[in-house]
Amino acid sequence: MLKSLLFDRWRWAVLLPALLLALPVIIIFASWLEPQTEIWRHLRQTVLADYVVNSLLLAGGTGLGALLIGTGSAWLISQYQFFGRRYLQWLLLLPLAMPAYIIAYTYTGMLDFAGPVQSQLRSWFGWSFGDYWFPEIRSLGGAILMLALVLYPYVYMLARNAFAEQSASLLEASRTLGLTPRQHFWKVALPLARPAILTGMALAMMEAFADYGTVQYFGVPTFTTGIFRTWFGMGSAQAAAQLAALLTSFVLFLLLLEKWSRRKVRYYHQGQKHSAPALRRVGPLRQLTLLALCLSPVVLGFILPAWRLLSWALTNWQRTLNANFWQLVWNSFSLAAMAALLSVLLALLFAYAKRLRRDPLVRLPVQLAALGYAVPGTVIAIGVMIPLAWFDRHVDLLAEQWFGIRTGLLLSGTLAALLLAYSVRFLAVSLHGIEAGLARIKPNMDNAARSMGYSPLQVLRKVHVPLLKGSVFTALLLVFVDVLKELPATLILRPFNFNTLAVRAHELASDERLADAALPALAIVLVGLLPVILLARSTERRMQGTE
Amino acid sequence: MLALEQLAIAYGRHTVVKDISFSLAEGQIGCLVGPSGCGKTTILRAIAGFEAPQSGQIRLQGQTVSSANQQLAPEQRKIGMVFQDFALFPHLTVADNISFGLQQLSKADKAAKVKQLLQLVGLPDLGERYIHQLSGGQQQRVALARALAPEPKVLLLDEPFSSLDAEFREVLARDIRKILKQLQITAVLVTHDQFEAFAMADMIGVMQHGQLQQWATPYELYHRPASRFVADFVGRGVMLPGTMLDQQRVETCLGIFRQRYLPDVQAGDQVDVLIRPDDIVHDDESAIQATVADKAFRGSHILYTLALTGGELVYCLALSHHNHAIGEQIGIRLDLDHLVLFPRTLSVVSGLN
Repeated sequence: MLKSLLFDRWRWAVLLPALLLALPVIIIFASWLEPQTEIWRHLRQTVLADYVVNSLLLAGGTGLGALLIGTGSAWLISQYQFFGRRYLQWLLLLPLAMPAYIIAYTYTGMLDFAGPVQSQLRSWFGWSFGDYWFPEIRSLGGAILMLALVLYPYVYMLARNAFAEQSASLLEASRTLGLTPRQHFWKVALPLARPAILTGMALAMMEAFADYGTVQYFGVPTFTTGIFRTWFGMGSAQAAAQLAALLTSFVLFLLLLEKWSRRKVRYYHQGQKHSAPALRRVGPLRQLTLLALCLSPVVLGFILPAWRLLSWALTNWQRTLNANFWQLVWNSFSLAAMAALLSVLLALLFAYAKRLRRDPLVRLPVQLAALGYAVPGTVIAIGVMIPLAWFDRHVDLLAEQWFGIRTGLLLSGTLAALLLAYSVRFLAVSLHGIEAGLARIKPNMDNAARSMGYSPLQVLRKVHVPLLKGSVFTALLLVFVDVLKELPATLILRPFNFNTLAVRAHELASDERLADAALPALAIVLVGLLPVILLARSTERRMQGTE
Repeated sequence: MLALEQLAIAYGRHTVVKDISFSLAEGQIGCLVGPSGCGKTTILRAIAGFEAPQSGQIRLQGQTVSSANQQLAPEQRKIGMVFQDFALFPHLTVADNISFGLQQLSKADKAAKVKQLLQLVGLPDLGERYIHQLSGGQQQRVALARALAPEPKVLLLDEPFSSLDAEFREVLARDIRKILKQLQITAVLVTHDQFEAFAMADMIGVMQHGQLQQWATPYELYHRPASRFVADFVGRGVMLPGTMLDQQRVETCLGIFRQRYLPDVQAGDQVDVLIRPDDIVHDDESAIQATVADKAFRGSHILYTLALTGGELVYCLALSHHNHAIGEQIGIRLDLDHLVLFPRTLSVVSGLN
C-alpha cells in the first residue's frame, strides 16, 4: 500500500509541479509567520486605511457597475427583438479585449484639461481654466467607471446564458398567475439568474482587486499600488508580502461567496424542458431606445477608446513604427507563446493524471495549483520573487564559500521567473479548457479502441489527439492573449531592459506620452480581439442550438 | 362560460388553426386530442392569451377576451394554466410556488389557502420542500395547486401527464377530474392520448391539420365518429368493405346490416363499415367461421386478430376463458347496435390501426 503510494509515477509527476505552482501563494501567506510590527504600525498610521477602503470601494463599485450594465443589456438582448440585436449580442463582448489600463489612459487623453472634450467646451462657451467644473477622470470614481466598462462582459455573458436557459413557460406561468412581464423579471427571472450574475460580478470584482495599471495611472492608493510602494519604496519584501496576503484573503473570500451562491444552481435546471422564449416585438421608437441602450456600453467600452488609439497611432506611426516597436512585438509574442506552451503542457499533464488516478492525492494538489487565477498578478510576482531571490542568494553564498566564485542572479530577473509567474496565474485558464475537452472523450471510447486492437499509444494518436486538438488550440490562444495583456507581474519580474508591449504602453502613458503609447496598446487590443471573436462564435453556435 | 367562435390563428402567412368553434358550460371539462402538430396547444395558448387570433373570437363569461383587434393581457384573464413542463419556480418552496399568484392576500390568508390546496391535492406535509425534492407526480400536483390558487374561472392543462410514468397517469387523471368537479371549475385539457381524454373529459374535440374534426361526448366520439380520421384516431377498429343494396342495407362478408346515419348513399355504392373489437362476439354456435391470426392476452379479455374467409382481418374482444390457439377456427357473430360507415374513396386505403 505505502509502496504503491510512494512509487506511483503519476502522483509524483503531479505533486512536484503542483507544489511549485502553489509555492508563491504559500510563501505569501507564510509571510505572516514573521510579523513586521514596525512597518505595520507605520502603515496603519498612514496609508493602510486608504488601501483597504479604496480597494473595497473599487471592487464594490466595479461589481455594481458591471452588474447594472451586464444584467441590463443581457435582459434586453434575451427578451426583445430590435434592430441590430443580432450584432449587438456579440458586440457587447468586445470590451473584453480592452485592458483596463489602456482604456484608462485613452479616456484620460480625451477628458483631461487639454483633451478634445474640455477644449471643445471651452471654445463653445468661452470658458477658461477655473471657470467651470468638470469631473476628474483620474480619481477613484474614474477608475471604477473604467473597470466597469471593460469588465461588464463577464456579467453580461453569464446573465445572457442564464436568461436564455429559462424555459419560456416560466414567463407564461407567471402571467397566468397575474404577473406583468415586469413583475416576472423581478420575482422569477432575476432570482433564477442570480447565481450566474453573482459569478460574473465576482469575476469582475476579482479583476478590480487585482488591477494595478489603472489605479497606478490614476494615482489612487489601493492594495496593489501599496504593495509596490512597500516593496520598492520602503524596501520591505516581507511587509509587501503581508499586504499581498491580506489582499488575497479578500479575493479568496469573494471566491467562497461565489461558490456559496451557486450551491443550489444545479437544481435550477431540473425537470425544465427547454423551449426558448419568443422575443418580444416592440414599435420602432422603442426599438431605437433599446438599440441605444445596448450600443452605449459597446461604444464607451470599446469603439470610442479603440478609435482614439487608432487615430493617435495613425498620426505618429512614422515615428513610432520602428525597429524598437518590432522588438517589443517579438519580445511579447515569444514570451506569450512560451508561457502558453508551458501552461498547456502542465494542464495536459494535470488533466491526464486526474483522469487516470481518481484520488485526492492527485486532485487536491492540482486544485491548489489552479487557485492562482484568483490571485492578483502583483501578489504572484512577490510570491515568485521572494523564494527565487532567496535561492539565488544562498547559491551565491555557497559558491563563494566553496569555490570562490559569485554566481549572481541565477533565476530572479530572468525569463524563468516570469514564466513561473504566468504559469501560476493562468494555469486555471488552460486547465479548464483541457479538462472540458478531455471530458468529452468518454473512458469507453478508450475501451472500444483497445478492444479493436489498438495499443494505448495508438489510442492516444487516433482518438485523443484529434478530439483534443480544438481544446488545446483554444487554451493556447487564451493563455497567449492573457500573458500579452498582463501588466503588474511582468513589470516586477521582467529581466533588466526587457520590455513588452504592455510594459512599454504603461511606461509611455505614465510619462504622459499618450500618443506614443497608442501603437503598442493598439497591438494588444487587436490581439485581444481574437479570443473574443472565438467566444462570440462559440456562444452563437450554442444559442442557435437552443433556439 | 368559455366559448370559441370561428377562431383562426396564423404565424405570418402560415395558418395554424382555423374555424375552431366550441363552448363549455360552467364546470365542464373539455379536451382537445389529436396528433402532434395539429394545433391543439395553439388553441390552449390562445385561450390563455399568449397567441392573438387572426379572426374569430374567444369569450369568457360573455366577455370577449380575444379577437382580431383586441387582446386582453394574459395576467388579466383569471385563467389558470398547468404547463407541460410544469414550469414550477425552482428558487421557491412548494408553498411559495402555490401562493405565487396570491399577491393581494395577507400572509395569514396565503398560508391558509396554501394549506387548503395542499390538502386538496393530497400533499399536506410538503409545503417547505423545494421543487427538486419532489417526484414527477408530486410536481404535477403542485403545478395544479398553484394554478388553482387564484381561483381561476377557467383552468387550462397542456399535456399535463406526458412527463409521468404510464401507471401514474390514469390515477392522477381521475384524481384531477375529481378535484375539478368538486370545485366546479371549467377546464380545457390538451393531450395526444385518447385514454387520458376519456378519463378526464365531458366533451372531446378531435383535431387534425388545424381543424376541429368533431366536438362530442366520449361515447359519441367512439360509437359515432364523424369522419374516417376520428374513427381511426379514437379506439381500435377496422374498416370492412361493403356494398349498399339500397339506401338502408349494406352487405358485407359478415352479413347484411341496416344503417341510419349516412343519408346520401345509393344502391351499389362501395362503402367501408367501421368494426370495433367489441362489435364482434365470439359465438361457437355461429355459422361464420374465422381463423385466429394473432392473439394478445389482456387479463380479463383476449384480443384476437381474426382472418375472415375473404382474407380481411378483424379484431375480436373475447372473454379470457375462451382460449384458442393461433390457427384454430372459431365461430363469430357481428353484434352492431348502430352501424358506422363511410363512402369508399380511392385515395383512402384503410387497414388495421
